Amino acid sequence: MSALTLCYALLIGLALPLGLYMGRALDTHRPSALDRLFGPLEAALMRLAGVDQRASMSWSAYLLAVLKLHLLLIVLAWFVFMGQGVLPLNPDGIPGMHWDTALHTAVSFATNTNQQHYSGQAQLSYLSQTLAIVTLQFLTPATGLAVLLAITRSLLRRRAAADSAAAGVGNYYLDLTRIVIRVLLPLALVTALVLVWQGVPATYQGAQRVTMLEGGALQTIPRGPVAAMVAIKQLGTNGGGWYGPNSSVPLENPTALADVVESVALLLIPVASLIAVAMISGRRRLLLGIGGVMLVLSLSSTTLVMFSERLPNTALHGLALAGPNLEGKELRFGSDLSALWGSWTTQTSNGSVNAMLDSFNPLGGLGLLMDMFVNVTFGGIGVGLIGYLLYLMLAAFIGSLMVGRAPELFGKPLETREMRWISLAILAQPLSVLGLSALAVSFPGLAGTSNPGYHGLSQVLYEYTSAFANNGSGFEGLADATPWWNLSCVVALALGRFLPMLVPLAVAGWLAGKRTAPQGRGSLDLESGACVGLTAGVIVIVNLLGFLPVLVLGPIAEQLSLAG
Amino acid sequence: MSDVKMADETGAAGAPTRAGAGWGSALRFTLAMALLLGLLYPLAVVGLGQWLFPHQANASLLADPEGRVLGSTLVGQAFTGERYFQGRPSAVDYAADTLGGSNLAPSNPALRQRVEADAKRITARDGVAPGRIPGDLLTASGSGIDPHISPQAAAIQIARVARARGLREADVRALVARYSDSGGFGQPRVAVLPLNLALDGIAMRPLP
Repeated sequence: MSALTLCYALLIGLALPLGLYMGRALDTHRPSALDRLFGPLEAALMRLAGVDQRASMSWSAYLLAVLKLHLLLIVLAWFVFMGQGVLPLNPDGIPGMHWDTALHTAVSFATNTNQQHYSGQAQLSYLSQTLAIVTLQFLTPATGLAVLLAITRSLLRRRAAADSAAAGVGNYYLDLTRIVIRVLLPLALVTALVLVWQGVPATYQGAQRVTMLEGGALQTIPRGPVAAMVAIKQLGTNGGGWYGPNSSVPLENPTALADVVESVALLLIPVASLIAVAMISGRRRLLLGIGGVMLVLSLSSTTLVMFSERLPNTALHGLALAGPNLEGKELRFGSDLSALWGSWTTQTSNGSVNAMLDSFNPLGGLGLLMDMFVNVTFGGIGVGLIGYLLYLMLAAFIGSLMVGRAPELFGKPLETREMRWISLAILAQPLSVLGLSALAVSFPGLAGTSNPGYHGLSQVLYEYTSAFANNGSGFEGLADATPWWNLSCVVALALGRFLPMLVPLAVAGWLAGKRTAPQGRGSLDLESGACVGLTAGVIVIVNLLGFLPVLVLGPIAEQLSLAG
Repeated sequence: MSDVKMADETGAAGAPTRAGAGWGSALRFTLAMALLLGLLYPLAVVGLGQWLFPHQANASLLADPEGRVLGSTLVGQAFTGERYFQGRPSAVDYAADTLGGSNLAPSNPALRQRVEADAKRITARDGVAPGRIPGDLLTASGSGIDPHISPQAAAIQIARVARARGLREADVRALVARYSDSGGFGQPRVAVLPLNLALDGIAMRPLP
């Protein structure tokens, strides 16, 4: 069985039961037997936090709670990164991080991006890797899913739609706690132990020094509680690895079996979330259509990247036996498992890698960039579907106008205020990615590219695209640990996280407060095939309009120059 | 028990409350979660990992009979001499604390230059015609410490290693076969460090 079929089959086979479980476990409107199992621990955590878990928040209170918690998380992480030199759990004696790289790292992990302008094994203590990073790697995907639940309650739920504005959208802290305790923590524990079995380290001992067999030079093998982090890194669409080159390092991804486990973990929860939302909202047909579009996008991208990496690297022409592009790839994975990972990691906003994307063939690099522009091919946990809803709102607006009706979404009128914010959330992406890229390449000395020509532009474009998409992968030749890159990426990271996630929460809140118009024969049926197609069209056209010119200047020109 | 009903009990006339949206809750929640997720969870994985799989949990180290650590099966070492099988090119010269790939794009002339120089060396060393060299011997790995080479890459080195050590080719070939893995989900591969240790006649055992 090919790697492609195996991984998609495993993914769907595991996501189905997980989605059904999540639909039961996370629905706060329906009590279940799980409440008895997890209730006491959850209640204890809520008591520690001093939160009344029975209190439901308004959408604006929910939004404020998200922002406040994230600000605190950023401050905590920033403090730990800068102070790690004098804090405990630092057996390798790693000094504190410089303020700007520490700030970038804190924001990067608090936005579920995990873009890294440092090398973990050399620049972070065990305390930073666990207390700061692992905590964020749990709480940020949980936040994406929590906001999705809030939107589901106020916008998508069929029942109780009338009183939803009055009842609030749920309790942020209760949602977070349930997602962590019922979904993420059990999955992470099991995955981590499978990874230890395959060879990922789990120890608090410092690095091991060995004398190399030939020549007697010393080699330092960095270790640590690696497996705990790698599990949630993969499961939580996080992506920031323990080691600099991420899951290409054998200690982070030792075997082909470990690779398949880590790959499936990338997409597992984003796919399962669709099923969970379908159960909670009762809108099965709508979610089936959305899942269908996402699957088609996913298969097209994965096939393109896989095809590209099976082509030889032109730099080896006439010197090597015919074979796939192995520059930057690990032998145990070969080109297929590397291409599959590259494609899945950019579809989901995960951003971990098992091969160096900078050395992918240009067509493969094009596929990765397209994945991140679209960013709703299953997408990040929670935010993938939220981003899709943003496109759905735009499609509903356009579709309503096309059939000559006042724009509406599920019978609620879409008016100027909603459309203004929806447009802003969608346009923020090309504006900030292209604007910042243009700035970086206009001033010599800012860009820090390591490859000449068209690929240099691709490196800069990739970095900002990855930051805004909250992906975190990179064309890593880029010299990005500079104040310019750290601070400009912080802007892209924050905009790319909070606008596309919180605007739909606000829009859903505004719509919930409006009267529902009765649905007639002329109403737009968002679950119809025509609307599913329209939304897919909107996604493709918006992204091509925004990014085709720069893709021609970068990867497409590079591909053509190689062919010539 | 539904939240809708419970909201009715807390807020006046069923209005959602702002309870729990304050700074105090955010701070206490952050600290509670940091303790659970940032300290207790990794501790649990380390505890269980050390108990169930101690060899792997400590980085899959190999030791000689006296207990001297020889290396890790997951970390390749740099080999340059005629007497040893050589691994893939490494952008960091197998420095496991630095790690990394070349990050050279296929269009970068520096990549072509590196590949040409390596190809020339391999042709001179192993007598393989240009155009017949296995691709993994001309491409740098992503980690910089790839512990494996392809069976083809091992095959072209057998004659030279046998000659340099005064061994029969068939014996060296048998040893290569012992340290080969047909692949499973992944690619067929040969583990370079254990193979070279075996060539030197060093007994090795996994360190718990």
